[in-house]
This record gives sequence, structure tokens and C-alpha cells, in this order.
Amino acid sequence: MPAEKCRYWIVAECPEVSGAGSVTRVSVISMQGVVALLGRFPALSGVNLEVHKREIVLLQGPNGAGKSTLLRLCAGLLRPEAGTAIVLGHDLGRDPDPVRRSVGLLGHDTALYDELTVLENLRFWASFSRAGTATVDAALDRLGVDQRLRDVAVGRLSAGQRRRVAIAGIVVRRPSLWLLDEPHAGLDDEGRDLVDHLVLQATQDGATALLVSHEIDRTFELATRRVTVAGGMVTSDCVKRSTGTDSALGGGCVVA
Amino acid sequence: MLWRDLCLTAAKDLRIEWRSRVTTGQIVPFAALVLMLFGFALDADRRLLERAAPGLFWMTMLFAAVVGVQRSTAVETADGARRALLLAGVEPMAVFLGKTVAITAQLLIVEVPLVAGMVVFYGVEVEAWALLVLTCLVATFAIAAAGSLLGALVAGLRARETVLPILLFPISAPALIGAARAFDDALGIAAVDGWAWLGLLAGFGVVNVVLGACAYGVLLEET
Repeated sequence: MPAEKCRYWIVAECPEVSGAGSVTRVSVISMQGVVALLGRFPALSGVNLEVHKREIVLLQGPNGAGKSTLLRLCAGLLRPEAGTAIVLGHDLGRDPDPVRRSVGLLGHDTALYDELTVLENLRFWASFSRAGTATVDAALDRLGVDQRLRDVAVGRLSAGQRRRVAIAGIVVRRPSLWLLDEPHAGLDDEGRDLVDHLVLQATQDGATALLVSHEIDRTFELATRRVTVAGGMVTSDCVKRSTGTDSALGGGCVVA
Repeated sequence: MLWRDLCLTAAKDLRIEWRSRVTTGQIVPFAALVLMLFGFALDADRRLLERAAPGLFWMTMLFAAVVGVQRSTAVETADGARRALLLAGVEPMAVFLGKTVAITAQLLIVEVPLVAGMVVFYGVEVEAWALLVLTCLVATFAIAAAGSLLGALVAGLRARETVLPILLFPISAPALIGAARAFDDALGIAAVDGWAWLGLLAGFGVVNVVLGACAYGVLLEET
């Protein structure tokens, strides 16, 4: 199986080659019957999901289906009330801290302080990460954030510029698992292409990505798998082949 | 690691304050107005005003503390920074202490013109500066610690602006009593042992820090 092709198109069938030819698939997310509550409301009501290293998974579904909650759960910000959830080898019910430090979560908010400049914000967050502050400028370069904007207070940036800075913050963290909720929102075409490129590059480098997006056409080009969430459950799970069409996990999309 | 995270958190909050000028531009004028209005309310009885000066000063500081804590909480809740702190793996205790230090620094800035205002408007004289300064430091830190903790508690509530004072005022009552009595001594208003009251204040501060250190992580997770 050609490695490049394997990376981009049929990741669910893509082996991680280890040792002398032995083939294993590294599980990044493994969930069985996961229930998660938002207050008393069961936002996730029995999720079964397996995601492997280097996959780019598009989570789709109607509003309120539980997609964003699933991302928050994967980030270790919610505890499962029932079922088992193993992310990056750690049980979220028992030990979410190592998971938190290894994921990059882009939510609807950007976690930036309005009064601080772009550089001050990223240096603050980078100072807690493994990479340190040395990579901040490089990350801003990659996101195309102008030099002249770096000393501007974040509160003065446009929504798109702010989004780019937030994504740069994830690049600085170099996470093993990218959790992106509507990553293209507010970005221009160039910014959207940039995000797609970053995700592809991150997965080439060994990371895994879960994307929530309503821009199905664009994200489906990028994704290697399409998981539909509805009513707090995974209702279908499709792998994309190199032809670009949905096809089998053993004969067709797996429908719950 | 704890010390480094604490310094980063406090420096970040103080930098945000420096840029926004909320303390100097809003909290100081607000506190000065409250102090002045207390003066107008009791102006007919000058001796009563002098006698009540310590209590009025610390009541004013409690009002200022509410505004300061609300601001400190809003900075973290406005754009999901609380969640990012969890993901960054910052020690919750460092966040708690860092925010406490930053709030303390801001309130101390408020106290400088307030002490001057108390001397000018209320006609009191400071007889023991060391006791007065130490009381300001210890009582302010104790109130700030309680405020940081309660700020985290109410952060997830829609009505956090109104719930915060309802919680902070009664919990800060020991600090109010201790600081007012220590000021009585420092200003020569009543024959009390101000240093003993300062010791009580220090004990209250330690209790608040221990409570915060134990509970802040849980509150950060849950709210």
C-alpha cells in the first residue's frame, strides 16, 4: 500500500508499520457506550467510536446532535457518566490531565485576552506547553498573521484574524490530537486553505484530527472519514476511498 | 512549576489591568465616591464620622473588591480562557494564587487614595503607620483570596454579577471586623490591640488560601 495514498484516502485501512513487518493500528480514540451529561441533559447517549492515528475525521450532524460535546469530551473537559472513553491511551473517567495537555481544541471561542497583544497572548499560552515560546513567531508566520498585527491588542482584530491567531496557538502546542469545531468559520478562502493544509500536514506528522463543520464539501475533501452524529449517538461511519466516494467498512458505510 | 505558573498568571492579569486601566479609571473613582458619600451622610456628626471611619473605609473596600473580582472573573470567562487554562495544564493552585496576588495589587492601589481621602474628608490622623500598612496588606490579601475563590464558584452562573456580592460580603465579615478594629488602633480611635486583630486577619487569610488551594481546581473543572 503506497504510504502517501494510505495517509490521505483510506486511513481506516492504513496500518502503522511497526517492527519487522508486523502491522498494528494505533488507536487514538476508543469509546464504547459513552454517555455525557450537560447539566442533566444527556448530550451524548451511548457513543461508540474508534479513531486511529493519522485519521482526519469529519463529524457531521444537525445542530444539537452532540458534535461539540463529543469534541469537549475528547479533550478531557467532560467526564463520561457511563461507558469507557480512552483517548491517547488515557481513561478520561480517571485521568483526563495528560489528555488535556496533548490535544489542541478550537471551539467557538478563541481563548484570547482582548487587552493583550497577539504575541503576548500566544507567548502566555505557549509558556505552559512543551514547545515553549520559541515557536510562536513561526506559528504566526504559518498562519499568515502580518508582522504589523503582532503587537496589536487582540480586541482590535477582526474575527478572521482572531481565528487565525487562535489556530496559531494550536500549532504552537503541537498537539497529538486536533479537535476543531468549525475551523473555517470567519476565515477567507486563503485562510480556509491554510487550515486544511495545516491539518493535512499535522496528520502527516503523526497527529490525528476530528473536525466539526457544516461546510461539508470543503471538509469532506479533507477528511478521510465521515462520522454522523445525531441525538447524541454515532449513527453512521463512512470511510472515503481514493476514488473520492463513500464506501465500505466491509461493504458500505457502517450505520448504527 | 507552581511558582512559575503563579507568576505568569499574576503578570498576565496585571498586564491586562495596566492596558484596560479599570482600577485607576473606574474602581478608584467609584471607591472615592462611596467614601465621600458616606461622609456626606454622616457629616452632621463629625465625631461620629471619625469614629466610624475605619468601618466605612473597609466597607468601601469591600465594594471595590466586588468590582475587582468581577473584572478578574470576566477576563477568564469572556472568551473561553478558563477552558484553555485547563487544557494548558496550569496548576489550579497557581491560577488561584496568581489571581489573588493580582487582585490584591489592584486593591492596594485603590487603598492609597482612600487612606488619603479618609484623612482629608473624615479628619482622622494616622498614629501607627506600620500597623495601618500591614493591616491593608493582610486584610486585602484575605479578601482577594476569598474573592478569587468565589469568583471561580460563580463563574458559570448567568447571575454571577449579583450572586458574587451576596457570597463575598458575609464571607469577608471576619476581615471587615478585624481590619476595622486594627484601623481603630492605627488611627488612635479606640483603645484596642490592633496587632492582635492583625493576627486574626492573618489567620483568616491563611484559611482562605488553604480553602482556595483545595477547592479552586474542582471549581475550575465544574464551572
